[in-house]
Amino acid sequence: MRKMLTIISNVLRGSASRNGAELVSEGARVVVSARTYADFTPQATFDIKKCDLHKLEEGPPLQAVLTREEGLQYYRTMQTIRRMELKADQLYKQKIIRGFCHLYDGQEACAVGIETGINLSDHLITAYRAHGYTLTRGGTVREIMAELTGRRGGIAKGKGGSMHMYTKHFYGGNGIVGAQVPLGAGVALACKYLGNNEICVCLYGDGAANQGQIFETYNMASLWKLPCIFICENNKYGMGTSVERAAASTDYYKRGDFIPGLRLDGMDVLCVREATKFAAEHCRSGKGPILMELQTYRYHGHSMSDPGVSYRTREEIQEVRSKSDPISMLKDRMLSNNMASVEELKEIDVEVRKEIEDAAQFATTDPEPPLDDLCNHIFYNDPPMEVRGTNPWTKLKSVS
Amino acid sequence: MFLRHAVWYYHAFLYSILRYHVTVRDALNQALDEELERDERVFLLGEEVAQYDGAYKVSRGLWKKYGDKRIIDTPITEMGFAGIAVGAAMAGLRPICEFMTFNFSMQAIDQVINSAAKTYYMSAGLQPVPIVFRGPNGASAGVAAQHSQCFAAWYGHCPGLKVVSPWSAEDAKGLLKSAIRDDNPVVFLENELMYGVPFEMSEEAQSKDFLLPIGKAKIERQGNHVTLVSHSRMVSLCLDAAAVLAKEGIECEVINMRTIRPLDAEAIETSVMKTNHLITVEGGWPQFGVGAEILARIMEGPAFNFLDAPAVRVTGVDIPMPYAKILEDNSIPQIKDIIFSVKKTLNV
Repeated sequence: MRKMLTIISNVLRGSASRNGAELVSEGARVVVSARTYADFTPQATFDIKKCDLHKLEEGPPLQAVLTREEGLQYYRTMQTIRRMELKADQLYKQKIIRGFCHLYDGQEACAVGIETGINLSDHLITAYRAHGYTLTRGGTVREIMAELTGRRGGIAKGKGGSMHMYTKHFYGGNGIVGAQVPLGAGVALACKYLGNNEICVCLYGDGAANQGQIFETYNMASLWKLPCIFICENNKYGMGTSVERAAASTDYYKRGDFIPGLRLDGMDVLCVREATKFAAEHCRSGKGPILMELQTYRYHGHSMSDPGVSYRTREEIQEVRSKSDPISMLKDRMLSNNMASVEELKEIDVEVRKEIEDAAQFATTDPEPPLDDLCNHIFYNDPPMEVRGTNPWTKLKSVS
Repeated sequence: MFLRHAVWYYHAFLYSILRYHVTVRDALNQALDEELERDERVFLLGEEVAQYDGAYKVSRGLWKKYGDKRIIDTPITEMGFAGIAVGAAMAGLRPICEFMTFNFSMQAIDQVINSAAKTYYMSAGLQPVPIVFRGPNGASAGVAAQHSQCFAAWYGHCPGLKVVSPWSAEDAKGLLKSAIRDDNPVVFLENELMYGVPFEMSEEAQSKDFLLPIGKAKIERQGNHVTLVSHSRMVSLCLDAAAVLAKEGIECEVINMRTIRPLDAEAIETSVMKTNHLITVEGGWPQFGVGAEILARIMEGPAFNFLDAPAVRVTGVDIPMPYAKILEDNSIPQIKDIIFSVKKTLNV
């Protein structure tokens, strides 16, 4: 048993080195048969890749400290997102989820890393690939899945669907490409206006990065020194169009021109965390906006109606999965530094699976919204009013 | 069991060789192909139209056949590429600008209205803009509020634009070809739910010069008791409702508008003067909508005195489109709503 664990530990350590993490503690190599948590390494320092910098003298630190608790938490959250998205895939194929469904698997390190670099009292807005963020911003798996299946227990009572989920300080979930960027800057304006020391993280993809309204937003955010972190999640494809075919310059972190920028590995949750902390500090100190480009990858196609293999090869997808998977990367780091055991992580996997199963069960059995709710939520803080139905004899009730 | 299958296959085979069926998608594809072949100046641009074969596969095979010069993939930048398309039209080309859905045309609507629609007028006849803006319009299935809006009324409001809304495969082919050959800006409103629907295609419609006139409605079904006026997918519902009502002895005349602007008021008036009852059916919202315009025209025209009951509109519910299936189903007209309205109007 001891020998087997040593071998496993060596193999995992080997793969962790390939991922760029370097060991600091030699002593970790020896501890193999720990059965009690007290024998686990409480924290370790990892080398992380240097960020490419634009108009910045210094970037985020080159090392990240990860505690055991943090590691387990990041692992659990990323695994939850992964499993939730795969479950959504399944439910979509069973036609229990309908319409648009844009899945986030592969990009988990972005959502989780960003959230660990800011506070829940900060603000965040993204585009339609939003299930992961809905979770990190405080939504529950149950509410998210029930929204996907269009039930009354959904986070938007079934009225929004996949692309329109909201929580406190999370402004969706937006269907129109690029439109969320000025919105995010607007949220940042409010933060500055109210003097609450909060910032707004404003996400968009490589496809959206060419939108005019984004450049208009860069200009105003910079002019008015808005506390806004613009983050481009570059997953290399805007629907079926690769970045080279859509952008004259694919250095998205430089596209803010006068806005300082960072480009980093979006598959490494620690990289993302450190960069986000750095960016948040930049904004909170009143220096104005900053831009981050996260290089990441989506395993699924653009949406469930896109197989995702007409514009990229299966080999490419497989390569990313085997060499750069964000969850595997974290797992390897933790195991090779004896920050957790294989069993412990497996246990988390089992718990996550159960949580997803329960949520899916809820999402498929919860009833659809009541017809009474059809016309509600047109106006806020208004007296009840009548809404015309499909014909002049049908008058429906609408309350705020 | 085997015999049943064999009989089915035999009938399907006969059916297919005796009547040529084409889906709306393929009809559009044929129209695009034929017009690209006929006129060098015609080209198609939009998101995913080339290498992806079209987000909804309407432009399938065209990039392979015509190449990069004629079929252009754009970045996700509607305002920009719509403007570029209009500029190209001004300089003598005949662009077809695809919006992945018309919801995204809102990002570019300034170019459609201010740069395309008004220019011929502003230049007092000097500068025509022969452009077609096309793409799916209106509600789909489960795509929620931001992706389900009908723009027929918005574009139909503007002088200088022609606005076409086909229903059948023949409509799609004949009207798209006419739109491309028209020297004016045409907004061509397709419907995603109709793309896969097959229709019989007459011999005539299979010809490369098959054109349908813009601005002329078609009577899809003759009737004496009530006129149902509709466009796009709702025409199917009107015909279905008419079939049900016929069993009860109520004969509906179903008019397929085909064009929103210029509106074929004459066809509607002629029908109303025969049936004395009018119901318009549309998927879009009621306020300031297509039905509202038709009713106003009837009020102002010769057919008003022939009405035996107020003309009414059947429309989408006046709310943003919800996602949940039960709510979505109840947000747009259903066959039962049309039947209900007919009976109320006829007082039966």
